[in-house]
Amino acid sequence: MADKKKTGLLASIGDSQIWKSIFRTGVPVTRRQRMMGVLNSVFLHLHPVRLPKHAVKLKYTWCMGGLSFFLFLVLTISGILLMFYYRPTVEYAYTDIMDLSEQVPLGIMREIHRWGAHAMVIAVWLHMFRVFMTGSYKPPREFNWAVGVIMLFLTLLLSFTGYLLPWDQLAIWAITVGANMARATPFLGHEGPGASLLAIGDINLVSMTSDIRFALLGGRFVGEGALLRFYVLHCVGLPFIIAILMAVHFWRVRKDGGISTPV
Amino acid sequence: MLDGIKAFLDILSKPQISFTLIIFIFPFVIPPTMWFEKWHRKLGLHLLWTRKGGLYMFAFITIILLLGFFDENFGKILGKPDNVPIIILIYSVFFFLWLSMSSAYKNDERMARGEKVEEDYGPDEKVLVWPDLVYIEMIALILMTVFLLVWSIGLPAPLEEAANPSLSPNPAKAPWYFLGLQEMLVYFDPWLAGVIFPTLIIVGLMALPYVDDNPKASGYYSFANRRASIFIFLFGFLTLWVFLIVVGTFFRGPNWNFFGPFEEWSVAKVVPLTNVNLSEYVWVKMLRIGLPSHPLVREVVGIVIVVLYFGLPPVILARGKLRGLVERLGATRYALVIFLALSMMALPIKMYLRWTINLKYIIAIPESFFNI
Repeated sequence: MADKKKTGLLASIGDSQIWKSIFRTGVPVTRRQRMMGVLNSVFLHLHPVRLPKHAVKLKYTWCMGGLSFFLFLVLTISGILLMFYYRPTVEYAYTDIMDLSEQVPLGIMREIHRWGAHAMVIAVWLHMFRVFMTGSYKPPREFNWAVGVIMLFLTLLLSFTGYLLPWDQLAIWAITVGANMARATPFLGHEGPGASLLAIGDINLVSMTSDIRFALLGGRFVGEGALLRFYVLHCVGLPFIIAILMAVHFWRVRKDGGISTPV
Repeated sequence: MLDGIKAFLDILSKPQISFTLIIFIFPFVIPPTMWFEKWHRKLGLHLLWTRKGGLYMFAFITIILLLGFFDENFGKILGKPDNVPIIILIYSVFFFLWLSMSSAYKNDERMARGEKVEEDYGPDEKVLVWPDLVYIEMIALILMTVFLLVWSIGLPAPLEEAANPSLSPNPAKAPWYFLGLQEMLVYFDPWLAGVIFPTLIIVGLMALPYVDDNPKASGYYSFANRRASIFIFLFGFLTLWVFLIVVGTFFRGPNWNFFGPFEEWSVAKVVPLTNVNLSEYVWVKMLRIGLPSHPLVREVVGIVIVVLYFGLPPVILARGKLRGLVERLGATRYALVIFLALSMMALPIKMYLRWTINLKYIIAIPESFFNI
């Protein structure tokens, strides 16, 4: 064909059957293609197709919600890699971490995971700070704010449960300090106000081996049971819950009218 | 000279002094009422949110941290790998506070002139998500990844000695984001500091949109329209949360004693424990008849005080200053707001009772772990 002039590599890739089978809309050049590209992608369709102009300004959004989500993904991936090397038993936990830092070539997954977790806690706080300062919690977004508060709490719990896993001095004593709070829970902890009221005759229903701290630690102190419980909560339980809430959160951002706009 | 400054900062950072200063200065910096607003302007504190003011505050924080890094004692604590997040927290909270307040002030000025706020481009100004948003997102992800990689390569994750249940470190600290709660343990028992207060924080935050009925200023930065709610939120976030985390991280050493930033963490430091319960003040020191044996009789004064503390102000305020609020919110939500506010204020109040009259518990019924 005469008019088939110089087609670049990129353009011919964009024209190929493989590319078109993956990205139905082709290379996003025209306005229509760009809109369809967002609509047709399972990932990008978290976003609307068009946004009010202030919604893409960093000065307004601080990008902290997005970064919180991104850090969650980074932590999930690095966490999965760490799970290949780590056994949650008192016998192996600490030595597995030692091996991880000394034997695994180019191993910075533990660093990524640890510093990324700190960064996520800060990012979540800052996201909340921004949402407050722009008044974005106000109707109709009040329920989504509440969902966000629960996720903030879950983020801290995720970090807290992960704190124990290296099984070093820092870990068990930080968790001991934290878990000792639980025994003072009113009615549910054996040193909590009102716990002694829950008794049948002389038998206390809430004792050192049946209170909420025992349930949390799977024992009377931070030991084998606590390590396994925290591991399961950290790797499966809490991420499962927070992932569901994230879906709700993102969905509601869209359903409540998208990012907040001046009213 | 330098030693003098350090000694001065050591004294300044004592909770009794630093917290008092913050409480007094805070309403002038974030003025909740027009009266404070007037002084805020007169003292020139609104200049904090200008570019110059931001730079001065940034320089101030940096100078103190630099002073700390090159100090033998403070440097040890600041240099701990696990305290890097605190330094990031200090800078980022400062920066975003400045950014949001300066945006808010600019918007307030625009509105006062009758102009639209900065965020308001009108309903027709729209941009496409591809490319305007996805590119920003991609750049943010890349920068975050680079930041994490540099941090991770530069600073190995610390690993202490293997867990040893029979050897407790001194001080044993909770993770840094819970240090505000651990700091509260100095003043309240675990059932309050570790259970009730965290629950109230979560409940209070979740209740916020249901009790803040001010429909103004949603979707843009603004201060003038919602000064009271911003004041309350920032007071909780900055002083009762972030500040207490900083205190817990940097100023709490062995035996959870207070140490100034430039002081050496010495295990030998002894702080006399002379705290006295209210019941002892009443029955032993004032009435001189000894403690009654029944706990409810013994603690009757404390119980009355606590009941009055939570019962009286809502009623008085509902008939006086906050009458409008009751009408707008209804009795239930009004009661919730006042209860949460009084609970929040209970922390500073207990702090001052401890510092001034060495009060241990207002109500002390250790028989059933009910100490307030």
